[in-house]
Amino acid sequence: MQLNLFLLLAVALFCIGIYGLITSRNAVRVLMSIELMLNAVNINLLAFSNYLDGQSIRGQVFAVFIITVAAAEAAVGLAIILSIYRNRDTVDMEKFNVLKW
Amino acid sequence: MNLAEGVQTISFALLALMMIGAALGVVLLDNIVYSAFLLGGVFISISGLYLLLNADFVSAAQILIYVGAVNVLILFAIMLVNKREDFSPVPRRWIRKGGAALVSVGLFALLGTMVVQTPWVIPANLPATTSTLIILGEHFFSDYLLPFELASVLLLMALVGAVVLARREYVLDDEASVGEMPQLPLQLPERPKEPVALSGTSAPSR
Repeated sequence: MQLNLFLLLAVALFCIGIYGLITSRNAVRVLMSIELMLNAVNINLLAFSNYLDGQSIRGQVFAVFIITVAAAEAAVGLAIILSIYRNRDTVDMEKFNVLKW
Repeated sequence: MNLAEGVQTISFALLALMMIGAALGVVLLDNIVYSAFLLGGVFISISGLYLLLNADFVSAAQILIYVGAVNVLILFAIMLVNKREDFSPVPRRWIRKGGAALVSVGLFALLGTMVVQTPWVIPANLPATTSTLIILGEHFFSDYLLPFELASVLLLMALVGAVVLARREYVLDDEASVGEMPQLPLQLPERPKEPVALSGTSAPSR
């Protein structure tokens, strides 16, 4: 059955995204990992939409919304990274302790 | 999708291999420019997978938005932050990496067993619809109208917010700008910013 394969692929992509989100030190790479996780969710939605809801494809509607939110998130996140880079002159995640303590 | 079963399987395997390999490259490579280009590879493979799932409109939107907008935006950000800095080594970092790898593999095992063991009830073999664009448009303008409009407001807010966050503040001196030649023609005088103190160098407390 092919649904399992798509779901396993989405799970693998999501876990790779989590690993990159936790371990990467460059702030831009953190954003890339978030994009990977959002795409894993999209694969999940489209797989269920194709195999379980093939007539009225509601999963694709949600996938389009997720793509919209991801684009907005990427724009705002990169603007935040640029602003932090101008203020602190680094993109190292270990040195971003503005909101810590 | 009226392809033969074998063609679908082979293309699924190829796309899955490309996607997982490129995603591992995004996460694990040292050079972040290579990571950004491999991210484009991930997005293109995912759009191929969407074609296998009978989602032609979402596949085209994936290429247009992700590869054309998000990936180019990330490349712009990398080249605006063009600082070749060697990150200072953090002691006992391998513990964090090992812990993160352990968490990721554990989550994969958990979700994978859940996916494999759940008996998904596939309904009777209805042919998937071929006119996805028409059905999507009907959804967007009838029962998903409110989220659709909210998405447009969200995009406007993100646009304004990104401009406000990423803008530099320029000093506009209007009294001395008429007859004089500015010495740096391609640069606007920038308002001096007060830099936030780095944590290691001059933290006043703690």
